[in-house]
Amino acid sequence: MGNLDLDQMDSVQFDVLKEIGNIGAGNATTALSKLIRSKVDMRVPKVELLGFQELPEIVGGAETVVVGILVTLEGDINGMMMFMMEQNCAKKVVNILMGMQTEEAEKTEEIEFDEMSLSALQEIGNIIAGAYLSSLSSLTSLLITESVPYLSIDMAGAILSVPAIEFGKLGDKALLIQSQFLEDSVELNGYFILIPTLESYGKILSSLGL
Amino acid sequence: MGKMITVGMADLKVCRAPDNLTTLGLGSCVGVALYDPATMVSGMLHCMLPDSKRITNQQNIAKFADTGLDELVRQMMSIGAMRSRLVAKIAGGAQMFAFSSGNDMMRVGDRNVEAVKAKLMQMRIRILAEDTGKNYGRTIEFYSETGKLLIKSVGKEKKYI
Repeated sequence: MGNLDLDQMDSVQFDVLKEIGNIGAGNATTALSKLIRSKVDMRVPKVELLGFQELPEIVGGAETVVVGILVTLEGDINGMMMFMMEQNCAKKVVNILMGMQTEEAEKTEEIEFDEMSLSALQEIGNIIAGAYLSSLSSLTSLLITESVPYLSIDMAGAILSVPAIEFGKLGDKALLIQSQFLEDSVELNGYFILIPTLESYGKILSSLGL
Repeated sequence: MGKMITVGMADLKVCRAPDNLTTLGLGSCVGVALYDPATMVSGMLHCMLPDSKRITNQQNIAKFADTGLDELVRQMMSIGAMRSRLVAKIAGGAQMFAFSSGNDMMRVGDRNVEAVKAKLMQMRIRILAEDTGKNYGRTIEFYSETGKLLIKSVGKEKKYI
């Protein structure tokens, strides 16, 4: 299993990547739950292989403003990983983290992020990505080191162009994991995009005996 | 007023006036609008990568600056554009995340812009205006009747180039 063509992946390989995504998202949810000190439920994540055209549609179109948090990966696995949230979801999480009541957080309408919220967001991204990657690392016994998180708030199309370009080097599709979190009544949507380089895909799969 | 035709990511489209072209949320990708002022034939490319020769999977030619521009010109000529009259306006190629390290993977926006410019120069197509680089996304709309390119970004004034 040296090379992998995302467009012609067999169902076993796809299931394995899907399962990795599920486990990673599960761990990330636990981390998020600890962080905001309240119970967070997670729906079964949706794992999809999407064409570039469809990619921004999952968040309501290329012009929807989203928060993207990106870390680059080094070690046995190279590439990057992105965690993306819709702007209002990100605001809710920040508000909960900063101790605002849930109802209050629901009501907050202005979505300006001040410096404090931005660094909180960055930290959330760090923790979520860290939890996701550590589960991937222990599952595959591969060493993964991550960079500091980089944050960007912009149109979904523009944010997604970064992972899309990396996937573009491999094929015409991107692997996306959508997880939905529920914190009491507040619904939060988060998306994970793991973008290993082509060799790293091979390493992940062969470390799992495929 | 013609219709607005949307060009997706790694995609290209051509049209005649009064129809117009748009592509939404350009990040590190580059949007190229080509235009023949005499026949008002326009074309738009939304390319993601600089060079098809370095990539093994090249099925989608609109993904690359080099093959994408060749195909765009070919399609424009097939609906009446004259190659020698073509002019270009380009936008995009931003660096969406502020990476501190000199990681080459992260300079892809710049490299896309460089590749588009090099290809246009090789094809002898003049660039009339550009709005490239920086660190924010752009939506562009090209108006075939006026040859103007509208640029919209989050939290910024609209502008025409």
